[in-house]
Amino acid sequence: MKRKLSSNSFGENAFDVFNYILLTVFTICALYPLIYVLFASLSDPTLFMQHSGILWKPLKFSLNAYRLVFDNPMITKGYLNTFIIVVSGLVLNIFLTCFGAYALSRKGLRYRKQLMLFIVFTMFFNGGLIPLYFTVKGLGLTNTLASLIIPQAISAFNLIIMKTAFDAVPDSLEESAKIDGANEFVILFRIMIPLCMPVMAVMLLYYGVSHWNSWFNAMIFLQDRSLYPLQLVLRELLLLNDASSMATGASGGEVAIIGETLKHATIIVATVPILLVYPFLQKYFVKGALIGAIKG
Amino acid sequence: MAKHPPQLRKSTLLTASGTNTSTRWGFLKDIRKNPWLYVMLIPVLLYFTIFHYYPMYGALIAFKEFSPRLGIMGSPWVGWEHFESFFNGIYFWRVIKNTLMISFYELLFGFPAPIILALLLNEVRKTAFKRTVQTLTYMPHFISLVVVCGIIKEFTMSDGLINDLLAFFGWERVSLLLESEYFRTIFVSSGIWQNIGWGTIIYLAALAGIDQEQYEAAKIDGANRWKQMLHVTLPGIISTIIILFILEIGKLMNVGGEKIILLYNPSTYETADVISSYVYRLGLQEFNYSFSSAVGLFNSAINFTLVISANWLSRKMNNTSLW
Repeated sequence: MKRKLSSNSFGENAFDVFNYILLTVFTICALYPLIYVLFASLSDPTLFMQHSGILWKPLKFSLNAYRLVFDNPMITKGYLNTFIIVVSGLVLNIFLTCFGAYALSRKGLRYRKQLMLFIVFTMFFNGGLIPLYFTVKGLGLTNTLASLIIPQAISAFNLIIMKTAFDAVPDSLEESAKIDGANEFVILFRIMIPLCMPVMAVMLLYYGVSHWNSWFNAMIFLQDRSLYPLQLVLRELLLLNDASSMATGASGGEVAIIGETLKHATIIVATVPILLVYPFLQKYFVKGALIGAIKG
Repeated sequence: MAKHPPQLRKSTLLTASGTNTSTRWGFLKDIRKNPWLYVMLIPVLLYFTIFHYYPMYGALIAFKEFSPRLGIMGSPWVGWEHFESFFNGIYFWRVIKNTLMISFYELLFGFPAPIILALLLNEVRKTAFKRTVQTLTYMPHFISLVVVCGIIKEFTMSDGLINDLLAFFGWERVSLLLESEYFRTIFVSSGIWQNIGWGTIIYLAALAGIDQEQYEAAKIDGANRWKQMLHVTLPGIISTIIILFILEIGKLMNVGGEKIILLYNPSTYETADVISSYVYRLGLQEFNYSFSSAVGLFNSAINFTLVISANWLSRKMNNTSLW
């Protein structure tokens, strides 16, 4: 596996040094925006306002902005709504995706090809935004959290990945279970899913991340602000210039000044949970990216 | 065939030899035999019917003057009127051009970026260093789009970090997101920042698949590392590159509206407004339901054609395809 490279020539050594430096600089560039936001969030707002250019460390360490972030009922409510959406969304996603993938992986299933085409076709053609909007509205789902869960119940792409995993399970296992009198539900939950745990992990991550990140559907389907998921709250706070409404705990004059560090603290509060779990899940994400790439 | 349980083989034989009625009989028999399989399928098929096929039927409103009060069927037909007014409208060329320009810049800069990074990483022999660079450059991929756009906005404000740096080099401070000439640059470069690390995964996997003996052979032939890169590494991943390139071409007219909608504003519509953001604005902000559906349907049809052709091409070239 190791490449024994004849690194005796000057040119190659120079390349190595250059390469390491380039990659290091590059990595710092990739990370610095986040580090800057972190430092800004921990800075004293007045000093931060006067500062210009790169931040090497927080300017006069202060946790004030974080206190205000957690005092903001929209953010805590947003977190709660997102939590509800992710958890109930995942339950629905996993059940339906496994049902569909398992049924379609059974070679004895009638019209299997046609059913596959029925599902795959939806990956390539859609009716568009407005018809979907009226479908959801017609079902009476608008302005409920269900409008963010039910229309996203299955991703055809994930279903195909899951089906491919089930396809790889030897038929003999299923046959012997059948002889022992197991029905399809038992086979699915006792044999197929336990055998495909790594792909299940990928499914959980992919569906989970897509629920966590989703804001567009919430924007079009929800009117009631108390239902807003975190991302939509963040959009209001970060992108719609609504900083003044954020600082509920600050007095009028303070608002404009603290608004700046407040935005940065909000970004950190919304990002840290993901970045903390990510290194532990990286392996599954990478696996997912590779399965996805092979299929797509 | 041999893998199937015996009863099944019998029913397949029956279908193959039988007429229509025996097929239907076989189907019913199959339902009786594996009822749970069909129970599992029902919610799945219902889901796709309601949330994917019904909206396709709903897309008929592109040919009607839709009013929610009259419903899809009750609204009067207008034929191709909405399509015609889109093609002749003042915004037609603007959205087409913006969509294509953004796709083009993404192909030109965004597509090669992860390949270059992967090639550089491939030359690193210290595994710990390589891992660290990978893990850290993947990170921006995990930040949600809304937050990424929030960061972009903070950084591009007239007193933001980027302006601080530009001002240091003597540039004038401008609020970059309010200037239409910078929109594409901001859009594409932030996309590269977010996805370059993640994009290397597939190339690194392809690189790991290259036979190490080829490098040994190249070395014996006197190839230095640059030559090895040109004659062993690149040919080893070229098919992956071509396939991914073709699939990108398939997405040419499919610039996602979400990031656009988060970042644009009326002063940058000139360069920022793409088909999907136009559909959103027309339909759900100006309540021009039918016209918006017509634009959406036009875009869906083009995307469909492009993706199918791209997939056909990639399948032809490498026996790899989307399904």
